[in-house]
Formats: sequence, structure tokens, C-alpha cells
Amino acid sequence: MIAPPNLEIAVLILGMLLLMFEAFMDKIDKRVFAFAGILGLTTVLIGTFYLAPVPQIDHASGFWSFYTADPLAIFFKRFALLTTILVLVMMIDYAPTVRGSVAGVTVQAGLGEFFALPILTCAGLMYIASAIDFVMIFVSIELVTISFYVLVSFTRRNPLTLEAGVKYLVLSALSTAFLVYGITWIFGVTGETNLDRITAALANSNIDQTAMLFGAVLVLVALGFKIAAVPFQIWVPDVYQGAPTPVTAFLSVGSKAAGFVVLLRVLRPFLMLPKMDRLLVVVALLTLLYGNLAALPQGNLKRLLAYSSIAHAGYLLIGVACFDGPAVTFYLVAYLLMTLLSFAVLIVVAQQAGERITDFDGLAKRSPFLAFAMLIGMISLAGVPFTIGFFGKFFIFYSALAHHQTVLVVVGAITVACGFYYYLKVVRAMYWRPAVKNDAIPVSGLSRVVMSALIVAIIWFGVYPEPILRALQPPSGQVAMKSAADH
Amino acid sequence: MLLLLIVLCPIAAAVLIMIGAPARATALFASIATLLMTLFALALFDRGVHEFQYISSFAVSTGWGINFAVGLDGLSLIMVLLAAIVTVAAIWFTDKIDKYEHAFYACLLLISGGAIGAFASLDLFFFYAFHELALIPTFLLIGIWGNDNRSAAAWKITIYLALGSFILLLGLILLYQSVPIAARSFDIRTLQEAAGQIAPEAQRHIYLILLIGFGILVSLFPFHTWAPDAYAAAPAPAAMLHAGVLKKFGLYGLLRLAIPLLPAGAHHWTNLLLVLLLGNIIYVGLVTIAQKRLDRMLGYSSVMHMGYIFLGIASANLLGVTGASILIFAHGLSIALLFAIAGEVRKRTNTMVLSDLGGLAKVMPLAGLAFGFGAFAAIGLPGFANFAAEVMIFFGAFRNGFAIERFHIFQVATVLALWGVVISAVYMLRAYRKVFMGALGERWRNLVDLRPGLRLPVTLLIVALLWFGFYPQSLVRILSPVLQTYLSTKQP
Repeated sequence: MIAPPNLEIAVLILGMLLLMFEAFMDKIDKRVFAFAGILGLTTVLIGTFYLAPVPQIDHASGFWSFYTADPLAIFFKRFALLTTILVLVMMIDYAPTVRGSVAGVTVQAGLGEFFALPILTCAGLMYIASAIDFVMIFVSIELVTISFYVLVSFTRRNPLTLEAGVKYLVLSALSTAFLVYGITWIFGVTGETNLDRITAALANSNIDQTAMLFGAVLVLVALGFKIAAVPFQIWVPDVYQGAPTPVTAFLSVGSKAAGFVVLLRVLRPFLMLPKMDRLLVVVALLTLLYGNLAALPQGNLKRLLAYSSIAHAGYLLIGVACFDGPAVTFYLVAYLLMTLLSFAVLIVVAQQAGERITDFDGLAKRSPFLAFAMLIGMISLAGVPFTIGFFGKFFIFYSALAHHQTVLVVVGAITVACGFYYYLKVVRAMYWRPAVKNDAIPVSGLSRVVMSALIVAIIWFGVYPEPILRALQPPSGQVAMKSAADH
Repeated sequence: MLLLLIVLCPIAAAVLIMIGAPARATALFASIATLLMTLFALALFDRGVHEFQYISSFAVSTGWGINFAVGLDGLSLIMVLLAAIVTVAAIWFTDKIDKYEHAFYACLLLISGGAIGAFASLDLFFFYAFHELALIPTFLLIGIWGNDNRSAAAWKITIYLALGSFILLLGLILLYQSVPIAARSFDIRTLQEAAGQIAPEAQRHIYLILLIGFGILVSLFPFHTWAPDAYAAAPAPAAMLHAGVLKKFGLYGLLRLAIPLLPAGAHHWTNLLLVLLLGNIIYVGLVTIAQKRLDRMLGYSSVMHMGYIFLGIASANLLGVTGASILIFAHGLSIALLFAIAGEVRKRTNTMVLSDLGGLAKVMPLAGLAFGFGAFAAIGLPGFANFAAEVMIFFGAFRNGFAIERFHIFQVATVLALWGVVISAVYMLRAYRKVFMGALGERWRNLVDLRPGLRLPVTLLIVALLWFGFYPQSLVRILSPVLQTYLSTKQP
């Protein structure tokens, strides 16, 4: 039995050990560190299934007023660990590109940090999952963001990457400022930073609601930046396109999920404020429309996935606007599987051909396996039944209809149809178009195994979602979820 | 168990083919096995009861009450039978494929498996999901192996159908949410028991959404423009399966859900539906006459004939609804036959322009004969199943609200719809004359007739059309218990 806080400590120690060994062992193949990282994280992931129950102590002060180990937190810790493991696998495939674009004395200079940083990011993501106090939320978000500053601009000889790094740094710092400023306003009004006690304070009628609303909106702005919600999405396409592809995948899954966890946590106090629900609906609408419409003309697959990440933030925000936690969480799991699968194929193909959609022409002839994997990723993102992406959309729209969000549903229907167009554009390139070259694209054994596992998971959970639904809920939760959807 | 095998056989075969089993042999074997099992199920079917038979059920999500459940009643049985017959014909008609042969057969089998699964599903969720299984294969079939204007056509059908399905999904969710919480279920049988509990106002909204969703899938006027383009561009086996079977999903859905669950909603929108279906029959009919290409003519004609089926559904009485069900079956067979022969003609002549062709019956007598049968069936000549069905529809619709002293809207609609028979005679016979009759063009002298191997699927389709034309009672007996139950549902 393991106490929940030890999980993060284990991950942190793992990351630091890797960094330390890396510094002293410059002779060995640096990919060893990636394998060590994968192994270590897998151990921790297994550890999450053997957690000691949280001690029943006073949650009003001390450590447990910052940190929770409720089912949502545990679920997202597993989510973060799984994401990081998959990203490390992609990074191994990506290593040749990194070597080519990092200045260093030895051939493998920089690779060690490239493999160790995501592990530190993972620790940050796990802390975010457990944070129930604004101070803790702020500190853990910073841990994630700062390691991303380095990761995004890692291949710094590439001017596009450098541009992405600068954009991410400036805008991310700005959003941090919004977050701190919002927290100070909230603290000023309620005198609390713990979310539970803020909720309790808000029930008191003589607090200044306008000031509180101002603080809440500032916090939402910062979170909007993290989850790529319109109008805070401007950084997304350039940063996603310029960053090393595994980092892009990590950003679009890990960072976004972290944003949504915090959003779900702060929603309870915030929803006691007037007009908050309407604000969320408007943001969801804008995000849906912008993400999907802007994705239509994209010719670069990485950029397309960036816009698709905005689009999916829109669907997730529908769930948030309907206060349906389980639906949002399920959608995030679906998003994790299908997005990481698409990025994994993109990394392999991009090394041989390129990142544009036209570089995928005739892939079905060159590498049927890669084309099939991409096909599954794309149709799941589009939301075709028998893939997990469909269940995600199903739960989201179920709750939107139950809450009579007619406008969201109508706009959602249009954007789903848009989605079919731009995702199938990739399928068209792979299957309809003739190939320029005919040589097969090599895939490493590990990547092949991971891609197959992702394909199986996407289809398996697309037919039988029960395991995820069960993991999302404590035993009595089903009733709660049903009643939340039905009211 | 038997039904489970019928549903999973084509899908399993598709998976096997993708893994590397010999494509044509596996596909043919699977489709024939499916047909034989379906005939077996037909033989053992208890005709006296309206309950579902051959039920298998597996829980998928207990929290949401979603089950993978399949079962057959009279209505779904004839739909599965149609799918099984047309699948055999479509796969048999597939010629040598020059690229991605495995994928071609896998796509055909997925369309067929999706359709059979949708018809057999007892669970709304899988009813919907199985239909969508065919969406991507259709996109690939038209896109990779299509003719002429394949790119635009593939996009059009895919986006249209994706949008239509999504609207349908919203309608289904609303339907689920409209019954009281205690009675909620994705199971069609349980919903059927709660039929009387849906408020009339809710019925109106849901029926309209379902009508638009299903209407897009069935090419109801004015949502029909995807169909002619797609069928003209699709390879012949894909057009056979899509126009013959998959498109019927929307009509099946209206019969299965709207008739028993939403009668008040259906009644409210009757006038709208009548106007739209007359658009199908008269407007699209006239457009069909104006076509200069055989493939587009057939595509438009398949849109036009949907109007009759909608008329039967709109009439909402036993005669009309039975006629609609039989016409679904009959039209599926006749349009598959026509697309198959048109595909053979295209393969030999590389043109579909009517004025370029002529006299082909001299060199392709068998094809000419088969096309003639298909055309006569499509027009609705006595002796073919289409005739029996259309007569029932016209009588059923005419009887609605009939009073001796004045014409009700149904009588007006029926009289106008009857002109559709004349219209379809004009375009079918004209096409038959231009393609197969008249002087044989010099460049067509060396064409060869259908190869002997193809006589079997052609015979299969023609025999089925004639058998149910002379003996429609065999279908009526299967259908009437379930349709009678549906139409006698108590309303609040």
C-alpha cells in the first residue's frame, strides 16, 4: 500500500536521478534514459492501483487542505502517467531529429534532458490533479509550464521552433500573470485560497460579488490559455507547429487535460456566481466555431492537429458548460488515445516524408500499417461509431440535450460535419492519391507495439466503454451521474 | 445465436480479408453463408407473433443501459433478407480490382455488415452505430475506385450523410430523454412499451428532427442532391449495396421508431411530408427524364422512388405501411439489378451517355433482358414485387380521410403521385430504348455479353422480384403481426 503523495515524490526522484546520471554518463546511448523513464513511470502507474486509503483527518488545515486524493485526482494521475509514457515512446522515434538540431560537443548532447524533462512535467501534472487550493494550483501549473518552456524550444536551431518558444514563453507568462492577479482578487474578497472554503464563503450573502466575479474571470482567462479556448488560442497553431512533435503531443494532451481538471475543480465555487454559466456557453460556442472553421483549409498536418485541438476544447467546454464532469473526463481519455495515436504516426512519417498532408499521399501503398493507424486516429477524432471518439461526443451531446443547450447542439452539429471534412482529407491523401515514392517507411518495434495497443484501445473502448465509466465513478457515482444528466 | 452469426459474418470476413485472407473467395463465401443462414432463419421464423425472435443480448454499459442486443421481427427479417440477397449479387458482380483488392472487398462487406447490424439491432445505440459503420467504407469505395467525378461525389455523400446521421443521433437522444425516467431505455422493446407516454408536443419536435435526419439518409427532397452524384460515381457493387440496402436504413428507422412511438408527431407533420414526397415523385421525376446519362438517370430514379415509400409511411394505415415495407424490399432488388447491368455496360463501353449507346441488346442479349426486367420492375408493372407494393401504397394512402363528397389532401397527393408511374415509365423505357434498342453503333460490334458466371446473381435478383411479385402474400404474412401491433398503439 502506498500513500498517494508518494506517487509524485517517486516521479520527481525518477526525473532528478535521470538528469544526474545523464550528466555523468556521456558515453552510453542516451535512449537508455528514455527506457528507464518509461519503466519507472510504468512502475508508478502500477502503484496507483495499490493506494492506501486517505487518513480520515481534519481537512481544514495542513497538507490535506492543499492536496486531495479523491477518485478524480487518482484518475488524472493515471492519465498524466500514461500520457508521459506514450510521449517518451514518441521521443525515442524523434531522437534523430533532435540530434540534428541541437548544438553540442557530443553527438547525443541534449538528448538526456529531452527525455528527463517530460518526467518532471508529469510530476507537475500529477500535482495539478490533486490541487484543491489556489496556491497549490498555481505552483503546480508553474512546474508544468516552466518545463514546457524548455521543451517547446528544444530543437533551437530550427527558426520555427525558436519562434514557437518565444511565443509560448511570452503568452504563457502573461496568462500566469492573469492567474495570480485573479487569485489575489478572490483572496481579497473571501480571505481564503482553499476551494472548499471559498465555496463556503460565497454562500455568505455579504461578500462583494462583482469583485469575486472579476477575480473568477481572470482565473478563467488563464485557464482558457491552457486549454486553448477562444479567444486565448492565438498561440496554439504556431507553437504546435514549431515545437518538436512529441512535445506538441504532450502540450495538446497533458497541458489541456491539466487545464480541464483545474476548470472542473474551480467550477463549483465559480458557478455560484451570476452569469458564469452563460459565459462558459459563449466561450464554448466561439471555440467550436473557430477551431473547426479554421481547421478546414489547413494543409500542414501538425497545424491541422493544432486547430483540431482547439476544436476538441470546444466539445469539452460543452461538457463543462453543462457541468458534466464524467462526460468531460471520458472525452479527455478519448482525446488522449486518438490524438497520441495520430501524433505517433505523424512523427514516424514526418521523418521520412514531411508534415504536410500531401506528404501522406499514397501512404496506404507504402506502409499499410501506418496508414491504417492514421485512419483509425482520424475517424476517431471525427467521431465515427465503434471508436472511442464517438462515445466521447455521445456523452457530451447527451448532456447538452438534457440541459436544453439548443444553440450549442445546433452549432455542434455543424462543426461535427466540418470535422468529417478535415479529418477525412488526411484519409483521402493516404488512400486515394498515388504515392510519390514507393519505399516502405520503417517503424521501430516499440512504436509498432504502442500504435497497435492504441488502435486496439480506441476500438475496444469504442464498443465497450464500461471500464472507463466505472473507473470514473465511485460505486455510488452512477446514480449521481444519471441524476445530474436528467435534472 | 443464428442471428448473431448472420450479423457478425460479413464483419468478421472483412477483418479476415484485411489481415490477408484471399479476398474474393472469402467475401463470396461469407456473403453466401450469410444468405443461407438468413434463409434458414426465414424458414424457422414464427409468423404468427409480433415479438422479436432469435434474440441475443450482451450488456455493454450497465450505467447507461446500453446493450448489444439483436433480434428479428417480421420487419427486420425482410430487411436482413434484402441485405443478404443484394450483398451476394454485389460481391458476385465485382470484377478484377486493379488496386487494393483486399480493401475493396472489405469495404463492401463492412457496408453490408453495417446494414444488417442496423436492421437487426434492438438497441438504439447500436442501431445507429452499425449504420455509421458503412460511412467510411463508402467514402473509400467512391474515392478510390469511383468513376469520373469521384472526388466531389465522395465528399458530398460523406459530409451529407455525416450531418444527417448526427442530426439523427440528436433525435434518438431526445427520444430517449422524452420518456419518463423510470421507463428510459435504449432498448427498442422497452421503448415500445412506453410508447403512449411521450407527450404530443415532444413527439412533434422529435419527429421533425428524425424526419430530417432519416430524410437526409434516404434522400428525401430537398436533401437528395448527394444521391445521383454518388451513385453515378460509385463503382457498380457499391452503388448496388448503397442504393439497394443501406439507403433503406432511414425508411426502416421511420417504420421502426416513428410509426409506433411518435404517431402524434407524424400526424402533425403529415402535410409537410406529403409536400416533400411529392417533390421526390414529381420534381425529381421530371429531373430524371431530363438526364442524358444512364448512371445519373438511375441515381435520380432511385431518389424518385423513395417518394412512394414515404407516401406509404405517411398514410399510417396497415395497407399503406405494409406496402411501404414491401416496396423497400422490392426497390432494393430492382435498383441493384439496374446498377449491376449499368456497371457491366460501363465496363465494356466506357461511356454512360445515352445518345452514344444503342442497339446493345444485339450483342448483349442477356444484359438487355436483365435490364428490361429491372426497368419493368422499377416502373411497377404487374408481376413484379414493386407493383404489389405500389398498389398497396396507393390504396392505403387514398383511403386516408376519404369522404365521398370532397378530396382530402391524401387523395390529392395520391392522384399526383400516380402520375409518377407515368413519369417513371417515360424515363425507364426511353433509357431502355436508347441503350439496348435501335441500330447498333459500329464501335460496339465486338462487345461481349455477361459472362456465364454472372447469370446466377442476375437470376437470383429477377427470381426474387418475380416470386414476391406473384406471391406478395408471403411478405405480408411476415409483416402484418408487427405492423398491426405498431398501428394499434394506445395514445395519451
